[in-house]
Amino acid sequence: MKKLNLFLGLALLLAMAIAPAYFKNYGIHIFTTWLVFIIATMGLNLTVGYAGQKSLGHAAFFGIGAYTVAICLKAGISFWLALPAGGLLCFFTGLVVGFPALRVQTIYLAFATLGFNTAAWLVMRNEEWLTGGTFGINNIARPSLGGISFDGNLAYYRMVLVFTVILAVFMWALLRSPWGKAFTALRDNPIRAESLGIDTRSYTLLSFAIGATFAGLAGGLYASQVGFIDPALFTVGASIMMYLMVVVGGPGYFLGPILGSAVGVVLPEWLRFAQAWYLFVFGAAVVVLMIWLPDGLLSIPDRIKARRQSRAASAARAAQGVKA
Amino acid sequence: MIQPVLKVTNMKKAYGAIQAVGGVSFEVRPGEIFGVIGPNGSGKTTLFNSMLGQITPDEGKIELNGEDVTTLGPFELNRRGVGRTFQTLQVFGKMTVRDNLIVAAQEHHGSMFSRMFAPSDSGLGDKADALIDQFHIRHVADKKAGELSYGQQKLVDIAMAFMSEPDLVLLDEPCAGVNPSLVGGISTLLKELNRSRRADGKSSSFVVIEHNMDFVMDLCHRIMVMVEGQVLAIGTPDEIRANKQVLDAYLGN
Repeated sequence: MKKLNLFLGLALLLAMAIAPAYFKNYGIHIFTTWLVFIIATMGLNLTVGYAGQKSLGHAAFFGIGAYTVAICLKAGISFWLALPAGGLLCFFTGLVVGFPALRVQTIYLAFATLGFNTAAWLVMRNEEWLTGGTFGINNIARPSLGGISFDGNLAYYRMVLVFTVILAVFMWALLRSPWGKAFTALRDNPIRAESLGIDTRSYTLLSFAIGATFAGLAGGLYASQVGFIDPALFTVGASIMMYLMVVVGGPGYFLGPILGSAVGVVLPEWLRFAQAWYLFVFGAAVVVLMIWLPDGLLSIPDRIKARRQSRAASAARAAQGVKA
Repeated sequence: MIQPVLKVTNMKKAYGAIQAVGGVSFEVRPGEIFGVIGPNGSGKTTLFNSMLGQITPDEGKIELNGEDVTTLGPFELNRRGVGRTFQTLQVFGKMTVRDNLIVAAQEHHGSMFSRMFAPSDSGLGDKADALIDQFHIRHVADKKAGELSYGQQKLVDIAMAFMSEPDLVLLDEPCAGVNPSLVGGISTLLKELNRSRRADGKSSSFVVIEHNMDFVMDLCHRIMVMVEGQVLAIGTPDEIRANKQVLDAYLGN
């Protein structure tokens, strides 16, 4: 199973490295957006899927990262400083936003983070001197590094792909280390986790902070990709959409965000033919999925395995019954 | 005079007008299996929760190996050597049995930062395997804990409490909901753990809350009887059986 995952992952990576070279600009744009949302939802998957903290404020972190890069670039600061600065800012904001999670959980925590998202959005809309208000910030440049320009769409796509791979490897290593078990323990049963010496307070805050950092980096990459940002991109609705991507892909599955972001970013493009019916089709698909596969698309293999095991077990019982 | 592992002095806790625990004092000696019995509502669970840092007592002092731990929270107490099991099942259902055991001790090694770079099993694989064998759960070691039967989960739950080699283990109704044949098994296991750990020169004391009288009388070295938040008697199983007050208040019909 693990080998299969690795093989699938490498095959996917190879396809994603080669395919866009044959795409038109629009296709490259869609794929770059997909990568950006993979990074953002990987972070949210840590907070929601692994650590079990219901956060509906992820788009705010995405926005903080995007605005940090945009504002820094306008001030003449290098992209390569602006991007980590956005990530760092999100790390500390994430720590602060995590504090309500120490007191409240589930739907109440969701509402607390939703409040944060609204507040962040209001700052983006109202502080015109900094953010440009509803008009946003345009002409956000793309970076270059040591003579290599990432100005072209394909070059920028490849740059984002490298970021995605590095961040995915970091996340994989983190989840494989004892931290991954501690996060899962926190999600499954926080009281038991505490009784086993797990500092649930620190892990809760860090699950928010690390998740937020991923969103901040994704936002920064997004700002340079599209060249224009305004507050409408970072509303509560966008947070709900990211949450949906995690849930659809399979919360707590490492590859969940890849599939979930595809459903959220790429699928709407395929559904263009449905035009006015698009939202209806998408909404209906989500309802059906939540009823039949509440653990997301990636829970399908586990389900098949469980069914096969129970069938084997009942066959074994039947065989024993015959013997007796 | 040997220093007690656990010393509780004049502990009090009230919920509104109800005095759940009213001035309880006792000691648990190194290597001792100490039983706590009493009717429902006698304050056993409140006492337990304050010893475990789940709630802070209104008054009184709790000392662990001579150190005042009255105000410490659950995870700090655990790192100082207090393990526990719960009355209801508390395993991590989506992790394998082996991972349940590993996560039960991993936070006792290194710092949070160093654990970020530690191997996946924190070097605890052998120890987990040893407990898996001792608890006879080898055949389910790689299954998800949530898929096991109630009795198997109970065994995993108890094994988890022992992974970090605690000085003191608090067992909250280890036999609740367990079939009679497994009750004997759990009793044997606990005696074995107590004996082997003492033989290794480790302090290993248990405090057991349990309603199953045969189990308590057979397992415990000393027993404390609580009634209405007060200590009615402390003594060996024979003394408790012979105590007239205890018979009137609890055991007798």
